[in-house]
Amino acid sequence: MSTATTAHHDPYLAHHFDSSEQQNASAKVGMWVFLATEILMFGGLFCAYAVYRHLHPDVFEFCAGKYLNTTLGAINTLILITSSFTMAWGVRAAQLNQKKLLIGCLSLTLLGGAGFLGIKAVEYRDKWVEHVWVGQWNQYNADYTGSDKVEPNASSAARTPAPDTRPIDPHLATADPNTGTANESKIKPHFTVDTSLAAPPSAVSASRETVAYENLSTPDKKRVNAFFSCYFLMTGLHGIHVVVGMGLISWLLRRSLKGEFNARYNTPVDLVGLYWHLVDLIWIFLFPLFYLIH
Amino acid sequence: MIQPPSNQTVAPLEHAVDAPHAAPGWILIAVYAALVILTGLTVAAAGINLGQFNILVALVIAAIKAALVVLFFMHLFWDSPFNGIVLICALLCVAIFISFAVMDTTSYNPSLTAPQSVQIGQ
Repeated sequence: MSTATTAHHDPYLAHHFDSSEQQNASAKVGMWVFLATEILMFGGLFCAYAVYRHLHPDVFEFCAGKYLNTTLGAINTLILITSSFTMAWGVRAAQLNQKKLLIGCLSLTLLGGAGFLGIKAVEYRDKWVEHVWVGQWNQYNADYTGSDKVEPNASSAARTPAPDTRPIDPHLATADPNTGTANESKIKPHFTVDTSLAAPPSAVSASRETVAYENLSTPDKKRVNAFFSCYFLMTGLHGIHVVVGMGLISWLLRRSLKGEFNARYNTPVDLVGLYWHLVDLIWIFLFPLFYLIH
Repeated sequence: MIQPPSNQTVAPLEHAVDAPHAAPGWILIAVYAALVILTGLTVAAAGINLGQFNILVALVIAAIKAALVVLFFMHLFWDSPFNGIVLICALLCVAIFISFAVMDTTSYNPSLTAPQSVQIGQ
């Protein structure tokens, strides 16, 4: 067959593929299957997020409002979207044989990744300074040893139920069929119910004001680290992906400086582009889920 | 299938100037502009108190942004549908996973602290 003989002369085409198009399409399927496993991995973390935020909505509102900087998060979103755009344009440049443009696009994408990580480093540093890092370096955690440890049981004021000052319904009070007289003791119980463990979520969530630690229920006060676990695990794993992506783009940059990519051979640019877009994609969801909680 | 395609309708490529596969530049620019605008929109929407619908609005905007990235930056709009099927399968698996996990989330006590009057182990 003529295709077989020409294939042997093409340095970019492996002999078991009929054409460059088929070779590229096969590589892309493999990349998409890998991206599917990435989505499944992050899916587990998004699941943990969904469960914890559903159970402790006030904790997420309190922590996001107090410790996360929406401006930095929004800037990082724009940086990552821009770097995704330059990557997409770089793939286009490679396919159109625009070698200098490819080098420029890859450099800008790399710069975007570095800018993103730089801002993320500033944010992580702020958490460290504020003693809300992971594990024993988080002042809300039980095994934190610093003097500024936050004790969930320390403020007993929040635990003691407020005295029942509701006026007695006069209709109910006079409607006692047995005596026909107002009998306060039958309507208002003598004992008070300790509702601190019942975790009423509505009172704080309904209001527009920022949630203060004192307003959290006792179970919520003991679960503040649920937010920081989600935050550091999800943004941290995402950050590792940014680092890996930057390594891959550096590799592409080195090869493109040698002029190895052209209109016929650009599959590595294509595949790294897909990976970088997935990293962008995950941040598109992380940003509103963490930085825009109100 | 109504008319057998003649050579003249098949032969010209959709983007005759570009090499095959390359995404049209104006689409990439338009998608980028849309992503920036939607980012501004989601920040603005978070400033409005919609109660429980805030998270819904944020996720819908994020889903639109994700769809734009997947379709155009990641070429699924032009790609073989098989890659799209792989993606949809992954998203379905995540959806099933989260749905089942959330199903009984509220069925447990928020705290396992025993009542103070009960002495366990004595």
